Amino acid sequence: MRLAGIILVSALLTADAIGAEIPPAERRSGTSFMTPDTKAMQDDDTANPGMLWVLDGEKLWARKIGAADKACTDCHNDARTSMKGIAAHYPAFDKTLGRPVDLQGRINLCRVNQQRATPLAYESRELLALTAFVAQQSRGVAIETGSDPQLAPFIANGRELFMQRQGQLNLGCTNCHDDNWDKRLAGSAITQAHPTGYPLYRLEWQSLGSLQRRLRACMSGIRAQAYDFGAPELVELELYLMSRAKGVPLEAPAIRP
Amino acid sequence: MSGPILAGVLLALPGFAAADELRRYAVVGDAIPEPLTARGDATRGRALVVERTSTCILCHNGPFPEQKFQGDLAPNLAGSGSRWSEGQLRLRLVDASSLNDATIMPSYYRVDHLMRVGPAWRGKPILSAEQIEDIVAYLVTLRE
Repeated sequence: MRLAGIILVSALLTADAIGAEIPPAERRSGTSFMTPDTKAMQDDDTANPGMLWVLDGEKLWARKIGAADKACTDCHNDARTSMKGIAAHYPAFDKTLGRPVDLQGRINLCRVNQQRATPLAYESRELLALTAFVAQQSRGVAIETGSDPQLAPFIANGRELFMQRQGQLNLGCTNCHDDNWDKRLAGSAITQAHPTGYPLYRLEWQSLGSLQRRLRACMSGIRAQAYDFGAPELVELELYLMSRAKGVPLEAPAIRP
Repeated sequence: MSGPILAGVLLALPGFAAADELRRYAVVGDAIPEPLTARGDATRGRALVVERTSTCILCHNGPFPEQKFQGDLAPNLAGSGSRWSEGQLRLRLVDASSLNDATIMPSYYRVDHLMRVGPAWRGKPILSAEQIEDIVAYLVTLRE
């Protein structure tokens, strides 16, 4: 009887912890929080500045580089078919490294290992362009990240980071993006933090930027020490965010205010 | 030769350490009845509340018609002085988490039990004792 009680209590606690996550039917892309003008800019490829990076990425995809003198096309052919749906599964587990890599990390691994070229710097025009071009091939595809069981411990780490209060303001991601996504922070919509459109063009940045850049900005906002670009923690956070956004369609390159 | 220099260092050190440390305060019930420092100034307090870097209006809104961008995660500050006493307001600014550990209100005058504080802010409270007193002096004037 007592044992049954303990099991019941722990089941309730578990249910409560999971209950904090936004249920699939209520998941909303950041797009749904935007003004009609910004939405229209995102939806029109001739007005969406992110498409300039996509076009650059398309050229880079076909350019032979490195000691191997290979282009992406030499292995992957036409990205329109070979890359369709790929971004919806990232970050993905890399067997050689034994940990998840994001799309940018995957592109750099290909450059180093296949093309025998130097890795591209985070937030460089070339890395953003190639990532945007690959991600754009998954427009409209529902996020599927996280189904690989090898990812489970890394998703758990990411979730812990999302829940952890930090910085001088002592806030966790969850305080805004689970508990207050229907509210406004200094007049700006908070959103549910589903990373549906990265890399994306942020009007505030006047540039395309990666999710890592966005996460670092959020961390500075709560006056915490941001993780370095490429840090495993940022990939784990992305992994958790993507698994938390399961089912929401991708829309890269998105526009955000 | 080294005598006066050493004396200078010794004299300077205590002053420096005192400036870096938080002032002690006594909690009585759910309030800090005594000011942390000299009485605050309500005009300076209002200016601090509407200043973005103080972080108040990121979450709160209030009777600040000139401020276009205000938050709505936290209660409207109008009527704060009717709802709370001066001492209650002081504790809610200094360390709201001591009253409710689930609150999203930061502790504006606390430097411990924090994680990964950025280098620019490490070891410093969000607001100084003087700033807290100025804001308390302003909030008590917000009566309904």
